[in-house]
Amino acid sequence: MTLLHHIGRYTLLIKRAFARPEKHSIYYSRLIREMEVLGINSTGIVAIISFFMGAVITIQTAYNTESPLLPTYLIGLAARDSILLEFSSTIVALILAGKVGSNIASEIGTMRITEQIDALEIMGVNSAGYLILPKIIALMIFAPFLSVLSMMIGIFGGWIAGTAVGVVTTPDYIYGIQYAFIPYYITYSLIKSVVFAFIITTVSSYHGYFTRGGALEVGRSSTMAVVHSSVVILLFNLILTQLLLS
Amino acid sequence: MIEVRNINKSFDDQQILHDISVGFEQGKTNLIIGKSGSGKTVLLKCIVGLLGVDSGDIFYSGQCFTTMGNKKKKQMRQKFGMLFQGAALFDSLSVEENVRFKLDMFTTMSNAEKKERVNFCLTRVNLEGKNKLYPSELSGGMKKRVAIARAIVLNPRYLFCDEPNSGLDPQTAIMIDKLIKDITDDFNMTTIVNTHDLNSVMEIGEKVVFIHEGRKWWEGINKEVFDTQNRELNDFVFATRLVKQIRNTDESR
Ligand SMILES: Nc1ncnc2c1ncn2[C@@H]1O[C@H](COP(=O)(O)OP(=O)(O)OP(=O)(O)O)[C@@H](O)[C@H]1O
Ligand SMILES: [Mg+2]
Repeated sequence: MTLLHHIGRYTLLIKRAFARPEKHSIYYSRLIREMEVLGINSTGIVAIISFFMGAVITIQTAYNTESPLLPTYLIGLAARDSILLEFSSTIVALILAGKVGSNIASEIGTMRITEQIDALEIMGVNSAGYLILPKIIALMIFAPFLSVLSMMIGIFGGWIAGTAVGVVTTPDYIYGIQYAFIPYYITYSLIKSVVFAFIITTVSSYHGYFTRGGALEVGRSSTMAVVHSSVVILLFNLILTQLLLS
Repeated sequence: MIEVRNINKSFDDQQILHDISVGFEQGKTNLIIGKSGSGKTVLLKCIVGLLGVDSGDIFYSGQCFTTMGNKKKKQMRQKFGMLFQGAALFDSLSVEENVRFKLDMFTTMSNAEKKERVNFCLTRVNLEGKNKLYPSELSGGMKKRVAIARAIVLNPRYLFCDEPNSGLDPQTAIMIDKLIKDITDDFNMTTIVNTHDLNSVMEIGEKVVFIHEGRKWWEGINKEVFDTQNRELNDFVFATRLVKQIRNTDESR
């Protein structure tokens, strides 16, 4: 199938997902559930990865800038900017694409092959809206929180590692992370995380929704969901960086 | 009344349904019978619009369903009840939530009313007290019965059942057949049942359509099924030794 075919079918599906809900209260309770499944259940992995990435970024920066001419507070500054600009939005989005994307695609794909989606349609329910919309909204609401969480834990991890290894002192690190701070970087990062949340949920739902066949194809859809979400995230990362930082 | 006019359906280049025209009458249990793979499920899915047809039309009480707009189609479907061959229960919902789904979605009933209605439907399929179980905790036959309860919860005008009693023991199968017949009579519904169970044919086949290799091969009522000269239908009906014996004893009498 051509790329154009996929884009067309994807657009139609997402348009259907945003149709007027049959009953708001049901969509609302689904939204709450999805926030838990997609959002809260991802905080653990985001926290752990952020901690270690923050630690590694700090130590690497320290060893790469080992020069008597450079003040050590630059370590804090460099670590902060890497975390704010790229790590807590893009890398976290890629991690979520793996965790949430495969979860969404396999859930919706299984519903497709066991005719649960047909059962919804036959009841007169808009299956795209009922299944996909709450996921999109839930992750778009939750992604900025995950992003902020990741920033805080990343910077914290950098501090722990930097001081433990002895490449930077606490006052220098703290001075560094405050030095020449540009608040817009946070806005930039949050905007990216919301866009990435939309990409992850819609691309994965698309792959799940159009699964054909059996259990094997569900597995394949789930892999495709992760791969395609990741590629689209990287593409949009480039576009957004150019748009927002230039 | 559901009218099917000249429908054709193919997958890729393999034609599954060939020019089928048939009427299904209101207030009656209409049976579609045929061998495994003959196209019963595909026909039923075309009738309810889950599969698009290549050509031909389907009319519900005179309204053309095939060309109907999406919004009207959705409204029409709220009057449908359908039982899928594999039950198609929602895995993430309990038995009670599955049955209650349409009530939540389309009615303004109070919780107490919903509960009463759910329990009533579960009792009709002999599943009282199983409200809190999840589909993964049910046997195949129990899933089927929950699916029937879910299909009838809003008293549909049109009921579609794809093999309602395959995988059930004879006693439960008869009970389900009787249930389908009863609610069809009670609410004057148009019911279409796919089956290859001859017992069902005898019990509830007020109108029987025999599908063979994607073509309508024969049409009539249950009594006639055993007297027909149609060779394919004969082969289908008298496939088992038991039925052959019944015929032979009938003839020798
Ligand atoms: N989605 C599909 N894609 C391609 N071919 C299909 C599809 N669905 C059904 N078929 C084919 O259509 C034919 C009829 O299938 P159908 O499911 O209607 O049989 P059936 O009469 O319901 O059989 P059973 O009694 O075993 O349920 C089969 O040959 C099947 O391979
Ligand atoms: Mg079938």
